[in-house]
Amino acid sequence: MDGDRRHLLLWFFAAATAVKLLLIPSYRSTDFEVHRNWLAITHSLPLSEWYFDETSQWTLDYPPFFAYFERFLSFFARLLDPKIVDLHKGLDYSADSVVYFQRITVIFSDLCLLLGVYRLTRKVETLKRNLICVLVVWSPGLLMVDHVHFQYNGFLLGWLLLSVSFLQDGRDLIGGFLFAVVLCFKHLFAVAAPVYFVYLLRHYCWAGLATGLRRLVALGSVVVAVFAAAFGPFIYNGQIQQVISRMFPFGRGLCHAYWAPNFWVFYIMLDKGLAFTLRKLGFDVQVPSASFTGGLVGDSSPFAVLPQITPLTTFVMVLLAITPCLIKAWKKPQPGLVARWIAYAYTCGFLFGWHVHEKASLHFTIPLAIVAVQSLEDAKHYFLVSIVSCYSLFPLLYEPQEYPIKVLLLLLHSMVMWLGFTALYSDEKALKKEGGEIKSKFEMGCIEKGYLIGLVLVEIVSQFLHPYFLGDRYAFMPLMLISTYCAVGIMYSWIWQLLKILT
Amino acid sequence: MPKKNLSGDGTAAPIDTWWWLSHKGTTTSFLCISLFALLIRSAVSMFPYSGAGTPPKFGDFEAQRHWMEITTNLPAIDWYRNGTHNDLTYWGLDYPPLTAYQSYIHGLLLRFFNPDSVSLFSSRGHESYIGKLLMRWTVLSSDALIFFPAALFFVLVYHRNRAKSQVAWHIAIILLNPCLILIDHGHFQYNCISLGLTVGAIAAVLCGSEVLTCVFFTLALSHKQMSAYFAPAFFSHLLGKCLRRKNPILSLLKLGIAVIATFVIVWWPYLHSVDDFLMVLSRLAPFERGIYEDYVANFWCTTSILIKWKKLFTTPSLKFMSLAATVLASLPSMVHQIFSPSNEGFLYGLLNSSMAFYLFSFQVHEKSILMPFLAATLLALKIPDHFNHLTYYALFSMFPLLCRDNLLLPYLTLHLLFTLIYHSQLPKTKASSFSFTNFPGYVFLLRTHFVISLVLHVVYLTIQPPQKYPFLFDALIMILCFSYFVMFAIYTNYTQWNFSSHFRSADKEKKQI
Repeated sequence: MDGDRRHLLLWFFAAATAVKLLLIPSYRSTDFEVHRNWLAITHSLPLSEWYFDETSQWTLDYPPFFAYFERFLSFFARLLDPKIVDLHKGLDYSADSVVYFQRITVIFSDLCLLLGVYRLTRKVETLKRNLICVLVVWSPGLLMVDHVHFQYNGFLLGWLLLSVSFLQDGRDLIGGFLFAVVLCFKHLFAVAAPVYFVYLLRHYCWAGLATGLRRLVALGSVVVAVFAAAFGPFIYNGQIQQVISRMFPFGRGLCHAYWAPNFWVFYIMLDKGLAFTLRKLGFDVQVPSASFTGGLVGDSSPFAVLPQITPLTTFVMVLLAITPCLIKAWKKPQPGLVARWIAYAYTCGFLFGWHVHEKASLHFTIPLAIVAVQSLEDAKHYFLVSIVSCYSLFPLLYEPQEYPIKVLLLLLHSMVMWLGFTALYSDEKALKKEGGEIKSKFEMGCIEKGYLIGLVLVEIVSQFLHPYFLGDRYAFMPLMLISTYCAVGIMYSWIWQLLKILT
Repeated sequence: MPKKNLSGDGTAAPIDTWWWLSHKGTTTSFLCISLFALLIRSAVSMFPYSGAGTPPKFGDFEAQRHWMEITTNLPAIDWYRNGTHNDLTYWGLDYPPLTAYQSYIHGLLLRFFNPDSVSLFSSRGHESYIGKLLMRWTVLSSDALIFFPAALFFVLVYHRNRAKSQVAWHIAIILLNPCLILIDHGHFQYNCISLGLTVGAIAAVLCGSEVLTCVFFTLALSHKQMSAYFAPAFFSHLLGKCLRRKNPILSLLKLGIAVIATFVIVWWPYLHSVDDFLMVLSRLAPFERGIYEDYVANFWCTTSILIKWKKLFTTPSLKFMSLAATVLASLPSMVHQIFSPSNEGFLYGLLNSSMAFYLFSFQVHEKSILMPFLAATLLALKIPDHFNHLTYYALFSMFPLLCRDNLLLPYLTLHLLFTLIYHSQLPKTKASSFSFTNFPGYVFLLRTHFVISLVLHVVYLTIQPPQKYPFLFDALIMILCFSYFVMFAIYTNYTQWNFSSHFRSADKEKKQI
């Protein structure tokens, strides 16, 4: 039986790999050149210069473990084609060798994701396990971001899922260790650190004075060891300041060029709306000189009416939003709820964070997939949030060649989800009768259905009606429309998750 | 909870792992699988097309673009005629009028979005991002609008009275036809239209509506003359059915009128004079190109290694010989259908007649394997093991062509995808009285074939052929595929012929599927 299970997981992975292989010649974003440059930096330069090199504008801004990972990959890159890892000659290199090499490394690194899913679903029953596998391994968002746009999210999320699987098994030390490893790969995952901290403290270390203290020391030393392995060489070289400044660049604004569908979209819209109304009423409202996407320019604020938002404000807001979850985790730390809390933490980070990319929505949709099969309400919620987050990724692939692919990925995902969930929540007796009309309890509410149909309308307006009627004028409007509409869905998801955690 | 089947002795039969995908009925599973099929097609479309970046002649892509240019700029009567604006030596139209009409409609679309790609003369060799995209989307839309609905029609009719557990597998096999995807969406052609119309005709036969069959099949013939590969099967089956009616002459007349009416409507611009009609016909049958071209795994090309047909015989005598051979090869299956027509026998008949044409006809191309392969996908549930091997060798016979088009990665990926789908749910076959596996050397023969083919894959890609024989490896691939196709044809002909003996022994009143 176990062999069958493994075969099926491998089958899902192989089917996804077939699609990923066919996506190799598709559009690549600048992230492709970023990673190629990192291959070159880590290969051609000594460790002491990794975080100082500025040959290319795409400087190293991930923590050291990711740099070591690139170093490992660069060994194979050089065997294939030395020009890939050449610091100067390899700039903007786009021959077949580098494209195939990098794309295939992403496909291979997705094995990490498969491992995470495998460990997580060991004790789950067949249909639920297959569904989780489909939702994670065949996630359209992951395919679009990792295998077209180009990133290594599958690899990183695999580590996160492994960590969650160990926590769910009650093996907290390893879970904590793996989370520290993830942090040293990409510091963006630190948003869930408070949850880990509170949970591990309460669940692992709260066991009587002697055992508790011993465990606390064990956990602490494991985490310190991981950080030492990552940052040690740089602390030794006295470069830690430079590394930190590269990892946390504060020259960026509140929003990315394309606004991620988070809370700040509403804040900005409110500010613009108020400014407009007040101007009409005769008040003198200055047009702000700074922009949302640019950096903090001295004291000037990009907001006309409402108070300025600083990175500190966003930090405090994220922490405040996570607090109810932390309280729950402190009061009653249950292994079964860890995935939910972590997903919630990443949702808060997405909604209230500073300079959030829309790609960050993957950080909460993937962990939520594990939770989605646990109850009917979870399934309905996941159906909505995964479609919204996938749709919000559409503007990333803006070239016409990828248009059918992204639309078909989303439609296919929705259909498979719908079929899977209706099968999961169907009347058992009806199933036993072959050919009987199977009535399912999985039925979306009117508002949700209306919202999803609205998504289709938003797409028609932004993709077809806007260019047809307005051409190039107001080019920001379609993106703004998509951001705002998706932000509504994500806010709804946040509130729903919060209520679910509190009750 | 998934269904569990418990057989009599208490051991649990394998749980049907895909029930959750197909529990909402055939049409819903079809929709789901067709979304995936369209996704695969869109992804393959990103790869190069035939003749990409190879002036002055380019390839099939340029031919299709040129036809759009000709049909949108010239009146219909001039499309097949050599003239100042229409130089027939540069990719002249060599398919029947329905292809021309389809090129016209697509040409209008291209002209609306990218006029430079279809402007008379100046657009020769036009290659651009948006031009390629629009052309690819015309194939994608033709597939979605013609092939997919026809496949749905077929699946609904074929699985009417069968257990529903294998519908999804069959749909996936039909829609994810690797040869069709690679040729239509990779190399670039519009086989999906004629094959779709043919599938529609086949479904109409299974449904019992023969007039519809005639209409669809005539349309298919009017799109690509290669659809004639299936003509003996249609003809013999319909003849057999009509002969069993109360008034055979009337039934035949009805069908004849349907064929003629459709034909007249489609060919109307060219029926005003005999000259016009013959002008089109001469374009459809380019006998001067010889009995074979390149290295195709059929009888004439393979045996030409030993018997130099082109040197020993003149073209007219070769024409006669190939006609005779083709008729002889398709005769058993035709005779069988005339005397005992049945739906199942009809499907075998399609496979046998198209295979006979592929093996013995005049001027066969590697791409023509699509015809027998389509018939095999429709029959896949009945001959799963043989179908598995046929897919492998059909793809392998196109391997040199795909390598020339730089479609190696899609080739390998579609092999992988097909294997995954095939093994996702192995259909259960009844043990037949005749099985090749009973023959002592068959399994060994098959295994050696497979090993040799793997070696040839690697050799073709890595080693340079010797100067004296630059096409050595192509020839080796051709021989290997030909030998498998012959074994396959023998098996399917025997099975069809054996079919009638099953009927004679079984209850005659039993309704056939």
